[in-house]
Amino acid sequence: MAAISSNLLFIAFILYLVATLFYGGSIKANKDLNEKKGTNNWGKIAVFLTIVGFISQLGYFITRWIAAGHAPVSNMFEFTTFFGMALVGAFIIIYFIYRTTLLGLFTMPVAILVIAYASMFPREITPLIPALQSYWLHIHVTTAAIGEAILSISFAAGLIYLVKAIDQTKSNKRTFWLEIVMFALIAVLGFVAVSSVFSSMGYNEKFNWVDKHDNQVVLEYKMPALTGPHEGELLTKGGFNPLVEMPAIINAKKLNTVIWSLMAGVVLYGLIRVILRKRIASALKPLVKNINLDFVDEISYRSVLIGFPVFTLGALIFAMIWAHMAWSRFWGWDPKEVWALITFLFYAAFLHLRLSKGWHGEKSAWLAVVGFVIIMFNLVAVNLVIAGLHSYAG
Amino acid sequence: MKDVKCECGHVNPHGTVLCEACGKVLDEQEKDNKELLDMRYEGSARRSQTYNKTIIDKIWNFFSSVKVGVWLIIIILVASIFGTILPQEMYINLPPDIYYEQEYGWFGKLYYQLGLHDLYGSWWYLLLIAMLGTSLVICSLDRVVPLYKALKVQRVTRHEGYLKRQRIFGVNTHIDSTDMISVKKHLKERRYHIREENGDLLAEKGRFSRWGPYVNHVGLIIFLIGGMLRFIPGFYVNENLWIKEGETAVIPETGEKYYLKNTKFILQHYDKNKDKTFEKAIEEAGQVVKNYQSNTVLYKRVSKNLPGETPELKKIKEFKVRVNHPLTFVGYSIFQSSFRSELKAMTFNLTNKKTTQAYGEVKIDLEDPKAKYDLGNGYSVEILNYFPDFEFNKDGEPSTKSRVPNNPAFIFRMTAPDKPKGETSFVAIKQTIEPFGENQYKMKFQGIQTKNVSGFTVRKDSSLWVIILGGIIFMIGVMQGAYWNHRRVWIQRKKGQVWIAAHTNKNWYGLKKEIDTVLTGTNIKVPEDQLQVDNADNHKDKGGV
Repeated sequence: MAAISSNLLFIAFILYLVATLFYGGSIKANKDLNEKKGTNNWGKIAVFLTIVGFISQLGYFITRWIAAGHAPVSNMFEFTTFFGMALVGAFIIIYFIYRTTLLGLFTMPVAILVIAYASMFPREITPLIPALQSYWLHIHVTTAAIGEAILSISFAAGLIYLVKAIDQTKSNKRTFWLEIVMFALIAVLGFVAVSSVFSSMGYNEKFNWVDKHDNQVVLEYKMPALTGPHEGELLTKGGFNPLVEMPAIINAKKLNTVIWSLMAGVVLYGLIRVILRKRIASALKPLVKNINLDFVDEISYRSVLIGFPVFTLGALIFAMIWAHMAWSRFWGWDPKEVWALITFLFYAAFLHLRLSKGWHGEKSAWLAVVGFVIIMFNLVAVNLVIAGLHSYAG
Repeated sequence: MKDVKCECGHVNPHGTVLCEACGKVLDEQEKDNKELLDMRYEGSARRSQTYNKTIIDKIWNFFSSVKVGVWLIIIILVASIFGTILPQEMYINLPPDIYYEQEYGWFGKLYYQLGLHDLYGSWWYLLLIAMLGTSLVICSLDRVVPLYKALKVQRVTRHEGYLKRQRIFGVNTHIDSTDMISVKKHLKERRYHIREENGDLLAEKGRFSRWGPYVNHVGLIIFLIGGMLRFIPGFYVNENLWIKEGETAVIPETGEKYYLKNTKFILQHYDKNKDKTFEKAIEEAGQVVKNYQSNTVLYKRVSKNLPGETPELKKIKEFKVRVNHPLTFVGYSIFQSSFRSELKAMTFNLTNKKTTQAYGEVKIDLEDPKAKYDLGNGYSVEILNYFPDFEFNKDGEPSTKSRVPNNPAFIFRMTAPDKPKGETSFVAIKQTIEPFGENQYKMKFQGIQTKNVSGFTVRKDSSLWVIILGGIIFMIGVMQGAYWNHRRVWIQRKKGQVWIAAHTNKNWYGLKKEIDTVLTGTNIKVPEDQLQVDNADNHKDKGGV
């Protein structure tokens, strides 16, 4: 069952990739068709592939659930994969409201990156610790992820808006920050690339090091250590000797991964720039030529409106109910809880700014980008960097 | 201040921008403006926009501003981030003045000194929340009353200027009555509520979604009040309770009415041979806990509470307290929150050092040690002194930190036929001192026995229902505001033509699509989106981006 499950996930991943190409094709083809109403054949195929991929991933989810005996949302791999699936699902729903394949061209790569990122984490089926043994695991985690996914659609729409609205002929703050967003996406790809390369090489090296409590501990690196642990002593013969030694307070291994990912990101980004000979956002511009700015703005806003209640329900209300049963208090200022609150406050501010200050259009699009950054921070950094009660998710 | 009478005859409160009844622009500054109308709050007279004289006006105006509200949200948001940098006070297990510096160096010390270790309980954080609460109440009141009035008294027939300056607007020279009937039919099918007056038509739906924000604000206020109720004594109980296996303890804060017996504590791990699916993950993690459980019995005292007397207890129920499965009774919940192992007994053997011959085993119950253990044949051991939690105090004397046997130490007198006066020996864990010179006998350590102690959290939260109510109302309000739209379509005869205008509070694309469907099969022209026409013009000016 577990094997079927991973195959289904792989199929879904490939289908998403192919679908993305067709979304690209549908935009190119549309140019010749002189903006005819309705989706062209390329687009229809793309949507079809997306739906088949989604069903396949749903199959992964169900079979893994059967194999594990609990919903596969209990560790970093499972949760992030589910988030990717929810992103695709949210896109399918929004697509059937607004019928624009351009949104697919921007959403699918994000979903693909998310799923690729997820599969860099241990993929074994893990048993549930007592705190997680509750049906609220399924309800709380899935609802929160679906809410975040719908909110993320507003990011994709916001990105389309910015690519179209920002004048790329002269460089300024706006072009710079938009390019930073592009680079961040490439850096995730960089992380996936270095992780896959070193893990396929089977790279590992071990260190004896001294932690902040003066204990001798052994630490295993899966990538050559650029930043070595505190008073680290390389145990593996022929292993890479660290360039810099970190103080005990800093997690040298995670920092090392970040540095490798950023380096890979810079290399990939550099290559793309050399090939394109212009900013990525600028290269994407022809694709968004036929879309109406008001229209994308509305998609972005609508996604927030649809996603916000779902997120609140899942990440705050259901979370409180479960926390009350598992930890005996409904709210305890655990970092994950606080970051859910921060996400909630942010989108609340977003809605108020839009309503009363009239922050439509570009300002609203930037806010959608910031919102996605917060969601990603909550997903990645809070689980991996800030330890708390939710740290078992890592 | 004087009320304003509109030419349609309706008397509007002072400060009204758009006549509540016909929508005519009353505000002098707005009158000649050709731009689209600002339809927020229907142009009604809001207290905050009208009065600014007294102190109360000023406070009201400050808190009624959404700008202030958004700033408060953002300040709280940023402040909250700081609390997640390092663990908060409640998650650490050392005194904070030591912990932060020890774990995080100078940064930790600074964090502690700035008071960020208890950020969410600090006076200024609570003040910010209180201000946000005030803002919620005043913002809502400032808007909801005039908005309600304006929507209630609106008439079907609207002023020309009002229609013209709607975002969706179109003019038809003539509409067939058959077309009109079909449009009405379509509107009704799409659940519009239709009102007609002098041949003019107003179709409206989803007005209740306009109340969504106010409903969710009410929910939030109730939620915050629920949170505040905790500070009232007796509303909120949160106590730790440690009970050893086999023992019964009074449950705190129940007026010594309820007692809990811990029959057995159970700790289970996943077994990689049994739970095959998890084999790999278990191998990697080492051990994974499957279950923390305390088998308990709940009792109620039936005798009077007299000091010194053993209470008479009546069994109420047996319950297996597990994580996620608390024991609940009359408003209290008892959670399995932790456990520890405690030393229960230590066993020694009285041994001749030279011959290593043993003369008998001594098992000491650490909670209730006997004064003398007679081993027969003239051998015996006396406990002269017992330190359950041994340490050397400031004067260098042996003493005990607590009554809990964490680090037991003894002073023994060992008596044997050849040593009738006995030999004295000080015995602690991994340590023996013979204060009066070399002994012939020793107490040889044999082993220990432990017993489990369950850690429970006793909780009573009488304000919980208020918080739940607030949460439910909030969710209803949010969904009401987010998932429905307030749409209005006006079809009116003006200047011998038929004008169509439409407004929605959000989701214009949906409204336009709906109008398209409503008008299909008729000869009526689809009204235009004036905002988009404008934008398109702008784009052309810029060279069509």
